[in-house]
Amino acid sequence: MHELSLMQSVMDIVKDSATQNNIKRVNKVKLVVGKFSMALPDSLHFAFEAISGVEELFQGAVLEIEAKEILCRCQQCQQTIQIEDTYHFICSGCGSNQLEIIQGRELYLDYYEGDEN
Amino acid sequence: MVQVRLESNLLGANELLARKNRSAFSCQGLLVVNLMSSPGSGKTTILEKTIEYLDGNLKLGVIEGDLYTDQDAQRIEQKGVQVIQINTEGACHLDAGMVGKAFEELPGEKLDLLFIENVGNLVCPAEFDLGEDFKVVVISTTEGNDKPLKYPLIFREARVILLNKIDLLAYTNFSLERFRQDLAQINPSAPVFLVSGTTGEGIAEWNEWLLGEVRSKELNHR
Repeated sequence: MHELSLMQSVMDIVKDSATQNNIKRVNKVKLVVGKFSMALPDSLHFAFEAISGVEELFQGAVLEIEAKEILCRCQQCQQTIQIEDTYHFICSGCGSNQLEIIQGRELYLDYYEGDEN
Repeated sequence: MVQVRLESNLLGANELLARKNRSAFSCQGLLVVNLMSSPGSGKTTILEKTIEYLDGNLKLGVIEGDLYTDQDAQRIEQKGVQVIQINTEGACHLDAGMVGKAFEELPGEKLDLLFIENVGNLVCPAEFDLGEDFKVVVISTTEGNDKPLKYPLIFREARVILLNKIDLLAYTNFSLERFRQDLAQINPSAPVFLVSGTTGEGIAEWNEWLLGEVRSKELNHR
């Protein structure tokens, strides 16, 4: 729901960095989004298109989103397990429900690529 | 072609402010509860009943979050509790910055318990740490029992869950059994209280649990 404002902050961070690094055109922006984050990749793409279209720096740029699976560590048997889309937070090894989420909440701007002229 | 690595956390600014809030709250031994639900599930009514129950025992404060209007703050003020209204003017959630500012403005003496009533929304508020001790999710029987599966993050993040409008259960197709089964998969450790803001059912049980949390926070503070 707040993807547009998230994307605005992505663009702001890239814009500042591009100025500092003397980059005139951005070709690609790469985000990492965990599957247990509330930001939807489709909405992020939509927001990126909407904002990049009106910014000279981002003309023709593409957005790449790497989705991270939800991984948990079982506190009982120490196994790392992947949580599927049914969100059953139960260890497939020992049946324990004492799981700690170790991946899947990510929401960060990994890198961008651009040209200096 | 140049690649610039940033590894910049998009919620980093919020997380920094949430840590600041948390230490400000902890300094005072104050327990802070972030109350979340969809619109119309009865957060404000539950809060009114909770204030009535706890009145006299504890010094309470409330930060009200709404997109527009101060209607909820007015309702809470009538209960004789210090309240600050935040209007997000369109934003779908409260963030730690808004809460920190409101907390500074909150008048009166040292509090024991602060409620933050978030914007009615099961999606975005789950993502934003406000510096609270824990999150409470209110869901009502009229919304349907499928909500934990549809909004797993907020139910996973909750320390405690209040199922409101329990007096209307018989008039809905809400399956209590299915609801409990789904929660057992998503968040097995969260207690679930069956409550009614209208009849007052379950309000005492929920408040006694909450009082236990306030006491253990106080003990840790000493």
